[in-house]
Amino acid sequence: MSIVREDRERHKTFLRRVLMLGCAKGALLTALAGRLYYLQILEGEKYKTLAEDNRISLRLLSPERGRILDRFGAAVADNRDNFRVLLVRELAPDVSETLRRLGQLIPVSDYDRKRVLRDIAKKRAFVPVTVKENLAWEQVARIEGRIADLPGLSIERGNSRNYEYGADMAHVLGYVAAVSERELNGDPLLELPGFRIGKSGIEKFYDYELRGAAGAKQVEINAYGREIRELSRKEASSGKEVVLTIDSGLQVFVQQRLLSEQSAASVVLDIETGDVLALGSIPSFSPTAFDTGLSQGQWDALVNNPMFPLTNKAIAGAYAPGSAFKMVVALAALAEGISPENYTVFCNGHITLGTARFHCWKRSGHGRVNMLQSLQHSCDVFYYNVSRHLGIGKIAAMAERLGLGRPVGIDLPGEKGGLVPSRGWREANIGGPWQVGETLVASIGQGFVLATPLQLAVMVARIASGRAVRPCLARGYRELGQGYGYGVPPFESLNISQSHLDSVLKGMDLVVNDRGGTAYRARIKERGWEMAGKTATSQVRRISLEERQAGVLQNDSLPWRRRDHALFVGVAPLHRPRYSCAVVVEHGGSGAAVAAPICRDILTEVQRRNTAGREALVLENTVPPGLFRRGAL
Amino acid sequence: MAGSRPICYPPPAGETDQEGASLLQKFWQVNWGLVLLILVVSAVGLAMLYSAANGSLDPWALAQGRRLVLGLGAMFVVAFLDIRFWFRFGYLFYFCTLALLVGVEVMGSVGMGAKRWIDLGFFQLQPSELMKIAIVMALARYFHGISTGDIRRSSLLIVPLLMVTVPSALVLRQPDLGTALLLILASGAVFFCAGVRIWKFALATGLALASIPIGWQFLREYQRDRVLNFLNPEKDPLGAGYHILQSKITLGSGGLFGKGFMEGPQSHLNFLPEKHTDFIFTMLGEENGMIGAIALLLLYGLILLYGMAIAVRARNQFARLMAMGLTANLFLYVFINIAMVTGMVPVVGVPLPLISYGGTVMITILVSFGLVMSVWIHRDIRIPRHGVPPWFGDGI
Repeated sequence: MSIVREDRERHKTFLRRVLMLGCAKGALLTALAGRLYYLQILEGEKYKTLAEDNRISLRLLSPERGRILDRFGAAVADNRDNFRVLLVRELAPDVSETLRRLGQLIPVSDYDRKRVLRDIAKKRAFVPVTVKENLAWEQVARIEGRIADLPGLSIERGNSRNYEYGADMAHVLGYVAAVSERELNGDPLLELPGFRIGKSGIEKFYDYELRGAAGAKQVEINAYGREIRELSRKEASSGKEVVLTIDSGLQVFVQQRLLSEQSAASVVLDIETGDVLALGSIPSFSPTAFDTGLSQGQWDALVNNPMFPLTNKAIAGAYAPGSAFKMVVALAALAEGISPENYTVFCNGHITLGTARFHCWKRSGHGRVNMLQSLQHSCDVFYYNVSRHLGIGKIAAMAERLGLGRPVGIDLPGEKGGLVPSRGWREANIGGPWQVGETLVASIGQGFVLATPLQLAVMVARIASGRAVRPCLARGYRELGQGYGYGVPPFESLNISQSHLDSVLKGMDLVVNDRGGTAYRARIKERGWEMAGKTATSQVRRISLEERQAGVLQNDSLPWRRRDHALFVGVAPLHRPRYSCAVVVEHGGSGAAVAAPICRDILTEVQRRNTAGREALVLENTVPPGLFRRGAL
Repeated sequence: MAGSRPICYPPPAGETDQEGASLLQKFWQVNWGLVLLILVVSAVGLAMLYSAANGSLDPWALAQGRRLVLGLGAMFVVAFLDIRFWFRFGYLFYFCTLALLVGVEVMGSVGMGAKRWIDLGFFQLQPSELMKIAIVMALARYFHGISTGDIRRSSLLIVPLLMVTVPSALVLRQPDLGTALLLILASGAVFFCAGVRIWKFALATGLALASIPIGWQFLREYQRDRVLNFLNPEKDPLGAGYHILQSKITLGSGGLFGKGFMEGPQSHLNFLPEKHTDFIFTMLGEENGMIGAIALLLLYGLILLYGMAIAVRARNQFARLMAMGLTANLFLYVFINIAMVTGMVPVVGVPLPLISYGGTVMITILVSFGLVMSVWIHRDIRIPRHGVPPWFGDGI
């Protein structure tokens, strides 16, 4: 076979195969084109969206927290610049050298140095790590001056919360701290690093208003999350400024005055408006410590302190009201028709009920007393007698009308409701039927009865005004330079006869301003500023028969925790009550000797300051009813 | 020797023996249309590398340009060498490459990790790349000697099968699945064009499919991952499936017209991995859209057509098979790369010829084109089935 013929044959096969292969290649290339059509045209929109997601990242801008103002517009909580030194690893050729140089300018502890090196190792090279916070201005200046020698370092201005009056306002304002794991609710704002939310007090109750709205910036990022450039920005809007009813001057006075005791609380109300003018509770704590972070030791000290510095006792401390409860029983009795002057009881120092004996605080007895005198001298036997006829039901009903037994609804978290016992309550919670003896004990504010200092202040405010005074702490808020007031609701009448109220008030007048009254030594001597009030000393222990026979132990000889609580409730000025005040001194001993002078000083101070008379910060608009906060319950 | 024509047949009328043609004559014989296509595609590649570096010649475009010039020089040298030279030294070339391959295998196992290349100073030689040419050449040489009748005999396929399996197995061991696949498939094209019966291909394919479960055992962990991620890239979008998913997003977001030269955010913000090497087509698709991507496909299609036309036109079986094998090689590069970045096949690490950054592939492809051009320039030379006539020995 010649080479040509042979080759021709092979060429024929070859041509056929080339054609087949060519077609296959063509088909496959067409398939690629089809795939491109599918990806780029048919699915193009989907991938465009995915690409945008890849490329554009929404970064939240943290809003500035609203300030908190007192009733006259003075800032009691605001934001302070918090200068921080940040270190970016990729900009620092030698991290330890940079830190060493920084250490020559400001103190950098070994602990800080180790923490920075550890953080830096964990985070990506362009993520800033905080080296030091809360720099003094002079430290900032020193670093700024040498910034060229400190590659990788930069100074950033952040915010931290500043409380003008520190511990004196801590129980009212509360504090802010970093968001904890279980507070996360899906709001991305809460997940911003360094974001703070209110954890107690006004900061917590009005957290939503104070927080403001986050802004956002759209940034183009690369695959590593580094910002390349900013595409758009919507600034954050700072939070509302909450305007309080508190008179910060009075608040500081109250807090300082209470410091004569170990553990005490006091509430000052404006009877007409329900404004809480001061809310004192000691011991207190430093609110800024929570913002910057507490050490474990500091936290343990706060939590384990037997005087509970973190508890706002003015709203969350429930105490047996003792003799302060006698006004309630008196009003209930008057409503039943007894005469304040002509109805009398003979007090020989005790009353016997079956086999049990109920003692008056005065062993020798008060002799024959009417209602006014029973208040003036705080005679227990009078109330034992009256309450037997009234029964617990009527007493409890009157107590509830005066604001006891359930939270009054102040705008603070954690308010306690105290306790006004009833037959039903006893059966449900203790078991067994109500005992008459328990009515007797309740009538002098002992036994099951519990009330908070706030409730006691509300109670006397209601007695003084005859209206259902409800306290509140926020007058309104300010936003973009405009004030919005929540307004003062007309408190409805309690439907208690004015003559009954006058009688009780007369009794309270006698307590303080009559030579025989229990608080005569604590009267206000300034003319026109006189107060009326009621002392109370409530037992926290049961006095046994043996002890009574051997002579009741004096408070001085008892350990602190077993001493009596000293209480006083008062209103002033007497001729036209405007302020009500309750003082509770835990284990303070005698209400007349310990609590009454404190109340006198506070009510003197509030009248000296003329807190209710001076014009408060003007809130020109009224918040629509839907946003009405008063009486939130 | 000039003037003597001691060939055992008279050349057909109108055909001239190109033996002894001057370099200038050969120069005019060069297929300039093909050269132009190559230059256009290479220019596209350089532009994409310029864009990949965010509008800078550094670090890729300039280096690639230098390699292109070097490669084009090599291409012309190869093109002007007589086809009979390649015929004669086909086997030698193959065995030298095989030796190199064994060499890197030995050194690679001694040295650290998978070392697949030999450092020649100015560039790094990958024997596996060289093998892509060598195997085609050796197979063409082998099938040149098999007559139409003998091709049906299965026993004659044992030797060429061994010629494929040995280097493929070595490459697979490196491990380089992509190259091994290319070697086998390109060899398959030569077998096919040589006239091996089609049922034998069907059988081989069947056997290959049947052995997948066995082969799975031999795959490295990362190779298995690649296959699994191909089957379900959304499974782990930030892990190993990231490449495929991001590639599809990048490509898809390009749309019909693309985002414009140097305007592809996906590529420039580094969402697209390996944007200057294996995934460069994705970036091209993002910046130039479907129009640009299909235009590039058409350019490749034209080059392939040229290659096949040249193969058909050649007057000896060696040249035809070699041209077809090398063309198939180019096709496989293009197809596997684009199918990979569009998520049609698993990620196997095959670059896009003339576009992807990388020296060896550039040289391999341009040398292949040189051989195809050599086929064209020497298209009328006939070579007897049983070898080069003895006179040719000193005629070179």
